[in-house]
Amino acid sequence: MKKETAKTLRAFLIELVIYAVLVVGYFFLVLHFLGEWLHHLETRHRYTYGGVAILLIIGQAVVLENVTTLLLRLLRGRSE
Amino acid sequence: MFFPISGAHISPIYLAVIGFFIGILGGFFGVGGSFIAGPALRAVGLDWNFAVGTDLAHIVGKSVVAAKRHRALGNVDLKLGLIMAFGTIGGAEVGAQLIQMLKRAGNVNLVVSVVSIAVYLSISTFMIWESRKTLSQTRLPGGTVKGAKAKHDPSAFKHVTSGIQRLRIPPMITLPASGVTISLWIILLVAFVGGLFSGFLGGGAGYIRMPSMVYVLGIPTHLAVGTDLFEIIISASYGTFSHAIKGNVDILIALVMHTGAALGAQIGAISTQYFAGPKIRLAFVPLPLIGAVIVIYTLMTGHKL
Repeated sequence: MKKETAKTLRAFLIELVIYAVLVVGYFFLVLHFLGEWLHHLETRHRYTYGGVAILLIIGQAVVLENVTTLLLRLLRGRSE
Repeated sequence: MFFPISGAHISPIYLAVIGFFIGILGGFFGVGGSFIAGPALRAVGLDWNFAVGTDLAHIVGKSVVAAKRHRALGNVDLKLGLIMAFGTIGGAEVGAQLIQMLKRAGNVNLVVSVVSIAVYLSISTFMIWESRKTLSQTRLPGGTVKGAKAKHDPSAFKHVTSGIQRLRIPPMITLPASGVTISLWIILLVAFVGGLFSGFLGGGAGYIRMPSMVYVLGIPTHLAVGTDLFEIIISASYGTFSHAIKGNVDILIALVMHTGAALGAQIGAISTQYFAGPKIRLAFVPLPLIGAVIVIYTLMTGHKL
């Protein structure tokens, strides 16, 4: 039981590190490419901004859910 | 890091870490976590209007991740979630109008604070009584709780719930996923009250909706958590759009916050299968209490967290 917990914890920590690297890269990509455009939309076209905001957050949710699921599956597969 | 939409300088690591912890709460309890996200965003200097709108946007993303995971575990009743979304949106609009009326009357802060403290304390007191009584009376099954096992959810309040389900006010709705048949009007009423508190007190009001789904509608706890998250996707998207056109959403902050929340929500959702319904309900008790403490602090000091 203890061995299994240690394996799960190790897999989780590895996942956290890989995820953190991906996320830091993503921060800069999103802010660099989308920052100005979104700011412009927010000040000039509020309705479009509202729609784009929802699409972006849902799109990111679907992508990140797939990334975390894939990472969990890969690492769990390796640790077992 | 500078966020041009709100004009705020906030560390992205701070946002991701806050998102991670709120994500765990959301995935496990089916709540939005506004009572933590709001003060956390305020603490780093974000204006109140941006804190509310941005939090709603982040809740949409987190709920998508957690609801998807709960669906994989068989914990989402899509039919119930869709019906509830209508009641919630209607209730949220009425709640927002109530706030406007109280603003005109000049006593909005006191009324909202007193109502919220009373509601938070009542929910916590009731849930601690019910879950402890259920745990002392029932022998819970071992192993993971998902699928058909999640539908077996003992409750010391079951006799009242069964009485509500026996009210034959047409049209009656059958919810095969939850194993419940109940009047459409009761579902809409529960959703409307949740939406009303959401519009009146702010946030997603999961602290009211999740317990109401369990105790009033008789939905098993695991399904109530998953379905609440699915329903939040619809109602919080509506709220996000409404706030965005008023200039209250910094989507860049929400996107960064959500990177942490996506991971936390998965962990929270997966964790539910290791706990029986009454244990999840007992663990839920501190959440409304934290909400009450924040409101009491705000009332006593005059500083809005």
